[in-house]
Amino acid sequence: MTTGSFTNHEPDVFGIGHEADLIRVRKVLRAEAETAGLNLVDATKLITAGSELARNILNYATGGRGRIRVEQIHREGRRGVRATFSDDGPGIEDIDAALTDGFSTRGSLGLGLPGAQRLVDDMTITSDTTSGTTVVIVKWER
Amino acid sequence: MTEDVVPVMRIGDTLLVALQGDLDDTTVIRIEEQLTREIANTSATGMLIDVSRLSVVDSFIARVLARIVAMVRLLGAQAAVVGIQPAVAITLVELGVPMGHLDTALTAEQGLALLQRLRRDDTGTDLP
Ligand SMILES: Nc1ncnc2c1ncn2[C@@H]1O[C@H](COP(=O)(O)OP(=O)(O)OP(=O)(O)O)[C@@H](O)[C@H]1O
Ligand SMILES: [Mg+2]
Repeated sequence: MTTGSFTNHEPDVFGIGHEADLIRVRKVLRAEAETAGLNLVDATKLITAGSELARNILNYATGGRGRIRVEQIHREGRRGVRATFSDDGPGIEDIDAALTDGFSTRGSLGLGLPGAQRLVDDMTITSDTTSGTTVVIVKWER
Repeated sequence: MTEDVVPVMRIGDTLLVALQGDLDDTTVIRIEEQLTREIANTSATGMLIDVSRLSVVDSFIARVLARIVAMVRLLGAQAAVVGIQPAVAITLVELGVPMGHLDTALTAEQGLALLQRLRRDDTGTDLP
């Protein structure tokens, strides 16, 4: 529904399962960051964090598959973007360890999760070894 | 595959490469392979990698950039990254990608001067 000059923006929801989806994730996050009025630095941080989380799905989720949902959020007159990355397994065994710089089960740099956390205003990880992993990131307009 | 993915310009002894667009991982790896070939197959003594048209550099792209620079040095030439956008630089620092050892310059012109200096320092160490 559209009211006045406010566009009731539908959330973007799509699957992640191929490397090309990294580019789609970045593109959608850029568009949503623009809609929310994020400045260039904050938009770049959000897109980069999202790129890291999408790559983790390609690298670690079962079959390299997952999905993303991106939506506009509002709180006390402020606008923001929330992006939810989910997959169906195998889950992160030790979330605290995974959030530590340099922790990687793949011999990689282990920067994706802790780096993404630094780049956004809020990041929540829910994960268990039976139902998979969901990472929610939020970036607010300044 | 030996297909070129990026145009490489030659200015004297220096190869100039401008990266642009939204790069997926495969493209980044193919660029790395192409640049390795170019530096090995030419007598170039320096390479400038212009990233001013990259609006996003995530940890993967940053890592490959650092690897390209290391590879160029191994092959006996000098390399520098030029034109990192301020928003990208701020993001990379916060992300925590170690890039401190990379030689960088603001513009291609300053990058050329930097390469000259690096070449001089390089030969300088061999002089008595
Ligand atoms: N979606 C996921 N499902 C299962 N495990 C995950 C997921 N995302 C991350 N992990 C685990 O958390 C660890 C840390 O992730 P992080 O992105 O910080 O580092 P990395 O991917 O190993 O290295 P880098 O991102 O620097 O290349 C990973 O090594 C992996 O074991
Ligand atoms: Mg990662």
